[in-house]
Amino acid sequence: MVAMAERPTITEEQTLEQRHSIVIRMGGESGEGVKSTGELFAQVAARAGFKVLTFQTYPAEIKGGHSVYQVRLSSEDLYTEGAALDILLAFNQEGYDKSYEELHDDGLLLYDDGAVTDFHYEQGGRRALALPMTKIAKGELKFELGKNVVAVGMLAALFGMDIEPINRLLTEKFLRKGEDVVAKNKQAFQLGFRYIEESFPERANYYLKAAAVEEDSIIISGNQLLSMGCIAGGCTHLFGYPITPASDIMEFLASELPKVGGAVVQAEDEIASMGMVLGASYAGKRAMTSTSGPGLSLMVEMLGLSGMAEIPAVIVDVQRTGPSTGMPTKQEQGDLNMAVYAGHGEFPRVVLAPTDVSDCFWRAIDAFNFAERYQLPVILLSDTTLSVRTQSVHKPDLSKIKLVQRVLYDPTASANATLGQSNSTPVAQHGNGTLPENDGEGDEVDIELAASRGFELYQRYAITDDGVSPMSIPGQAGGQYTSSGLEHNEFSRPRYDVINHTRMTDKRHRKLISAAQNAPEPFRAGDPAAEIGIIAWGSTTGVAYEALLEAQKQGVKLDLIAPRMLWPIPTQQLDDFINTKRVIIIPEVNYSGQYANLLNTHYRKDFVRLNVYGGAPLKSSQLLAKIMEYVKH
Amino acid sequence: MDVLNDNTKSQVALLERTVDDYKSDTKPTWCPGCGDFGVLNAIYNALKAKGTDPKNIVAVSGIGCSSRLPFFVSSYGFHSVHGRAMPVSTGIRVANPDIQLVAFGGDGDGFAIGAGHFVHAARRNLNICYVIMDNNIYGLTKGQTSPTSDLGFVTKTTPKGSADAPLNPLMLALAMGATYVARGFSGKTKELAAMILQGMEHPGFAVIDVFSPCPTFNKVNTFKFYRDESIDLPEGYDKTDYIAALVAASKHDPYYLGVLYESRDKATFEDHVAATIPAERQTTAQVLDGLFKKFS
Repeated sequence: MVAMAERPTITEEQTLEQRHSIVIRMGGESGEGVKSTGELFAQVAARAGFKVLTFQTYPAEIKGGHSVYQVRLSSEDLYTEGAALDILLAFNQEGYDKSYEELHDDGLLLYDDGAVTDFHYEQGGRRALALPMTKIAKGELKFELGKNVVAVGMLAALFGMDIEPINRLLTEKFLRKGEDVVAKNKQAFQLGFRYIEESFPERANYYLKAAAVEEDSIIISGNQLLSMGCIAGGCTHLFGYPITPASDIMEFLASELPKVGGAVVQAEDEIASMGMVLGASYAGKRAMTSTSGPGLSLMVEMLGLSGMAEIPAVIVDVQRTGPSTGMPTKQEQGDLNMAVYAGHGEFPRVVLAPTDVSDCFWRAIDAFNFAERYQLPVILLSDTTLSVRTQSVHKPDLSKIKLVQRVLYDPTASANATLGQSNSTPVAQHGNGTLPENDGEGDEVDIELAASRGFELYQRYAITDDGVSPMSIPGQAGGQYTSSGLEHNEFSRPRYDVINHTRMTDKRHRKLISAAQNAPEPFRAGDPAAEIGIIAWGSTTGVAYEALLEAQKQGVKLDLIAPRMLWPIPTQQLDDFINTKRVIIIPEVNYSGQYANLLNTHYRKDFVRLNVYGGAPLKSSQLLAKIMEYVKH
Repeated sequence: MDVLNDNTKSQVALLERTVDDYKSDTKPTWCPGCGDFGVLNAIYNALKAKGTDPKNIVAVSGIGCSSRLPFFVSSYGFHSVHGRAMPVSTGIRVANPDIQLVAFGGDGDGFAIGAGHFVHAARRNLNICYVIMDNNIYGLTKGQTSPTSDLGFVTKTTPKGSADAPLNPLMLALAMGATYVARGFSGKTKELAAMILQGMEHPGFAVIDVFSPCPTFNKVNTFKFYRDESIDLPEGYDKTDYIAALVAASKHDPYYLGVLYESRDKATFEDHVAATIPAERQTTAQVLDGLFKKFS
């Protein structure tokens, strides 16, 4: 243990300390350790008691191109990755060139000594400091790959972090690689830490107060917590095809689902992925796929089959910038239209969107519950920002998980007793002795054979009040039926007559009435009496909340709602909000205002739209500016 | 074509179940004289011979005339979408490896729109029996060229003759790793029933390509054509010889009927998936607790 220099005290005049948070960006060549430095620093900061929220952009290519990892620290809860940079750590010249304009006037430029040579930065309140990261790693440490840990040590010293919890983290993190590796990494960290302590006396300017370390705090990304939500939601099977930025989910679950007796299968394409999901779900499993926009495009035919054959399916779409291959690692909320509308003909589906990292867990559980409860496809819309956002959050309270089970066919029970919490009341479920007549509008029935079996027929698609029919699972006696994308009657026989198709279309769509009523609670914030309202969805919710907090500081009253069910529209949540505000602003990261358009089809309102579509997330300052345009003075 | 019946019934062991147990009360939708009637009869007989309870069977198909077959069987069925019988079958088998799965479809369904999936089901050695009713034409859409149609074949979409060389289903199956590869003819239902029974009992991907003429739209590849143009495999043929199977599969003048290849050397896809599951299962709560520790 190296003795640490005494900490300088924090004085009143210090500017950065006054800030709510500090934003640090690391920039450099992709594949050179920007990401691993950022990830480790985020973990280190979380262990030291800070609230952490990260953001990253990286090129779609494996090696080369510019990569950015941004970490925001605070003692208070965070909602976005922040805007202006307090500190920029440049790993190379490009790391400086691409980001220096975003530095605060009193920002601090740090750079790997020798790697950035061309800068005209040190002016006004700005400071620049060369850090011998590579030099220390190569020299005293004799372990060049330790450069990233040296850098993390330097940053930790800069913010006056406690070293003890960090040492424990390094031990946990590297122990499986051996004691030597632990020792080497601790040494790297301490060399970095000591360097700053000894050579940068102004470091106290950057000290940030840590919050108390919370016992139930975890540091985790959106994709990781979403994957855990799938496990919590009872998922046992994932079938998928690799695609940025959704592959993490499949990779994560590949090592977890077998533990509960399930499996992850890498299919030959996304069409096959969805086919396998429907096969497994038909056979009684809670099954899912994870993909991004281009994959969802391919899955659309199976989406229709899921809706028509009434087979539960969960599709996680981690949206990226489209159209076509677009910008695979960039941000967009551009798949809402596809999620809500894609497919020929009309069939019910549910679209959910998590509002932040914590919400990814709960909405994943919801996705399975809605799919199973209503026997339809559920699309969970995450996005690039949320997928790679690592945040310190509270561990979810597992006792709050409620799993809703599929309504299963039970030939022995009376109709109502089989339904549990469902209000699916089959008009006729089993052996009612009726068969449709052979009128030439569907497959002909062999009446003799049917009669010889006493018409003991299972009605897979029994007409019910809420449209949900009890489902049998292969292996179950008396439950045999043929699942099909053809229009069918209650007995699952192909039928093409007008009356049947009308009844069946009604039955399938009735599910949405009940589903909307059971929508998860929306995110709500602000003043319900405010005459300006914001409707946000997905990861833009955090941006809207931050804008709301800033507006409140400036004396502007605002109201915010972010529905977590986007389709069907949970009108009981939105009616009052939409009908009472003078102005409603709908910010979205897409060109056309897809959610505004969707709500407009129902509410016929002249929503104020704020659309950004360059591939970056919306900034709270952009939304705040839009809000201010509508404030009455 | 109402073939076999009594003849075949005497060939198989007397079991409790009857052929009628495997018939649904939905009447086949096929044209009179369709080759698929013979295949359906062979299937009923093979199912009866195997004796599996219909509740433990799933018949999976894509879209097309022959893909309607699951509706005519009293088992569970999954009539999916065009070309996707293999992915659906994969999902079912991964979810429940105890299910007896028989897949059905046509040449267009399996080798045009579904070719990509066929390749991967074969290389995985998915433990199913896949019966392809091959009529060298698209029937349900009323007569267009198919991937097994001959070069120069005249149809509504190829009025000057097809520009595409035909695909050889058996060579494709062999090349991609199918472990049971056979060719049947719907005019020889007794042999076909035996093949399907073997295919169902085979532990691995069993492909049976069946000449099943379409009398309505294909006036070239008729019952007479296949009776004249196909012969049984020679006496002493060794179905464990992979190279011999490739050679036999490549012949088309005449075509060989019979089991060209069978191997039990490869583990099935289901075996590989099962091997990833640890002997000691964890509960969901245990898995989540472990993960939360990792991220704390």
